[in-house]
Amino acid sequence: MSQNTITELVETQVQTNGKSRKAMNGAKVNGFIGWLDKRTGIRALSHEALDEPIPGGARWAYVFGSGLLYILLSQIITGVFLAMYYVASADHAHTTIEYITKQVTAGAFLRSLHSYGSSAMVVTLLVHLGQTYFFGSYKGRREILWMSGLILFAMVIGMAFTGYLLPWDQKAYFATAVGTNIAGEVPFIGDWIKSLMRGGTEMGTLTLSRFFVAHVFLIPACIFAFVGMHIYLFRKAGSAGPISEDSFEPKQKTEQFFPRQVIMDLVFATIIMATLGLLSYFSPVDLGPKANPSDTQFLPRPEWYYLPIFQWLKYWQGETAVIGIVVIPGIIAALLVVLPFMDRRRERRPWKRPVASFSFAIIFLGLVFLGWQSGDQDKSDPAVAKQLAKQAGETEKFMSAAFQPEVMGSPALTAAPLSPEATKGKKIFADNSCDGCHGESAQGTENGPKLIGVSLKFDHNELIKVLRNPTQKMRDGNMDPVEVSDEEMTYLTAFLESLK
Amino acid sequence: MRGDVPRGSPERIIIQYSESMMQKGTVAQHHKDDREDQKTSGSSVGHTTHVDDNESRPVTGRRAFLAWLGLGTVGVGGFLSVPLVRFALDPLTRAATETSWTDLGPTSDFMETGIPQKRTINITNIDGWRKVVSEKAVYVVKKADNSLAVLSSSCPHLGCSVKWNDDGKQFKCPCHNGAFAADGKLLSGPPPRNLDELETRVTDGRLQVKYQSFRPLVKSKEVLA
Repeated sequence: MSQNTITELVETQVQTNGKSRKAMNGAKVNGFIGWLDKRTGIRALSHEALDEPIPGGARWAYVFGSGLLYILLSQIITGVFLAMYYVASADHAHTTIEYITKQVTAGAFLRSLHSYGSSAMVVTLLVHLGQTYFFGSYKGRREILWMSGLILFAMVIGMAFTGYLLPWDQKAYFATAVGTNIAGEVPFIGDWIKSLMRGGTEMGTLTLSRFFVAHVFLIPACIFAFVGMHIYLFRKAGSAGPISEDSFEPKQKTEQFFPRQVIMDLVFATIIMATLGLLSYFSPVDLGPKANPSDTQFLPRPEWYYLPIFQWLKYWQGETAVIGIVVIPGIIAALLVVLPFMDRRRERRPWKRPVASFSFAIIFLGLVFLGWQSGDQDKSDPAVAKQLAKQAGETEKFMSAAFQPEVMGSPALTAAPLSPEATKGKKIFADNSCDGCHGESAQGTENGPKLIGVSLKFDHNELIKVLRNPTQKMRDGNMDPVEVSDEEMTYLTAFLESLK
Repeated sequence: MRGDVPRGSPERIIIQYSESMMQKGTVAQHHKDDREDQKTSGSSVGHTTHVDDNESRPVTGRRAFLAWLGLGTVGVGGFLSVPLVRFALDPLTRAATETSWTDLGPTSDFMETGIPQKRTINITNIDGWRKVVSEKAVYVVKKADNSLAVLSSSCPHLGCSVKWNDDGKQFKCPCHNGAFAADGKLLSGPPPRNLDELETRVTDGRLQVKYQSFRPLVKSKEVLA
């Protein structure tokens, strides 16, 4: 039936009977959606998005993947807004974060949402990955899907690492110094990687720029690409279904994604966002004092999810470091990548896969133990505990202090004190109203050019010459000859030559 | 069963869905079948929204659900965007310039002499997270009634700094030869008005001034932000 026929039909109905108002509205919606569908293919799209078959039916166990998408969305939105005020430079980064935290309306809240969001991302990702492993969902037809997920995992860890430095406070600086040092332990190319990450041999403003670019441009671009790929591969391979489902040819009855699984996913997303919101509102994250590279006392402690790795590395010092930093993690990563190819059995139930389940349990419990041990050692060593308490106190003190804007002056106000001659020259500069056009500090105004660095353009004698007898171009710009005594001219040029 | 539930409401959709589920058994064999089933169940209760010139689809329940979902998303999104909007609009709620009083010294310093006294003051602009300090020159002058006034040295013509010329007993602008009397009154030249007088006060015998910039090239004195 064509659209026109419907409209005609409806119109006839309206004419013939008064109760057809509803019918007309219905047809109008249909007409609009029909038109929209013709132009956009929205029906096929919503069919594709919502009619995904889930073997064995919708379950609460499947909410973690889409939960990650919601957290990612929140991270993108809060991140973009934070970038409105943030400046990635060692000079200003800390001030701008302090400004966001202490001055901007809702700034502390949004920054906390972004910071807690990164933790939520890591936790949910670990659950998602652990579940896929434990339930054997990587098996069968889902090899590439599994591998794209591992790449995403590495990228999220990279986001957490690069984002941690950006506030440029003490803990950010020293944690990143440690992190980049670890990269330096890689055999043969370690030093090169470390310098590449730092933008030089030492940590500095170039390090911050690099981490910013990685955090805001490079890794997000890759994450978008791989999230797209991950979802595509997921739809291509199909949902894994419960552990009783076959990993190569799913046989169980299916239920569509819509509506039950959609509702479960939404409920989970709402719980995550509400939790993050409440945490951010009632317990906003703090900011420590600005990074002080010359501080030799500071004890860096990474974000909690890095603590197990941090503790792990304590066991691998000196010559053996390469084993703990490169060899063992490398073997685990490689095993994870080839896992779906090594393990071709159809069995998915964890209790029938003792090797896989046991190694999973060992690694998981090992990480928990290392994390606990790290905290425990900090508490039991009085010197360490004292220093950490001191650092916490400094952070608390900094957070309760009022925001201090960065003071910027015109060059003369912030520059080193002038020589006696130049000081006299500055007075002559002002008395002859040179400042009227060139600015109080010779920084230039709309009426006259800046004179900072003028000694690079003219040598001493040339400078006196153009002051006494300006060029035609200078005269056209309203520059009058400077009529002062020779002695005064000496002072004036001393002042001008001091402007660098 | 569904007579008293409004069409399109979430309860209605769930009822519709559960009915269609029951009709075809709890779980559909295949979503193609599912669609057929739904179509039947939908049309059997006389829905008019199924008319479609393409392939028929189970649109009613889904469409209404999505509409509710869309509304919910807009609602929740609106709620969540409150902090984002406030965050983005924050600079609009802040004053750009911190107009504060600057001390120029005891009034007695300026009472003895009839010559305008030049003073340099620092003024502060708040620019987001920065505080920009710049130097401005002002002249303290004694008016006919022996009261003190503070003049901005910025020429109301184009903003060049005027300078007191002791020989001619007048302020001269070096740019276009504007001339002003010792009390700031325009004598000759292109400037459109007298030198701008700044707001002053005397606290504990000390003269204080509030520096402001004024729009050049206009007859009236208009404060610039």
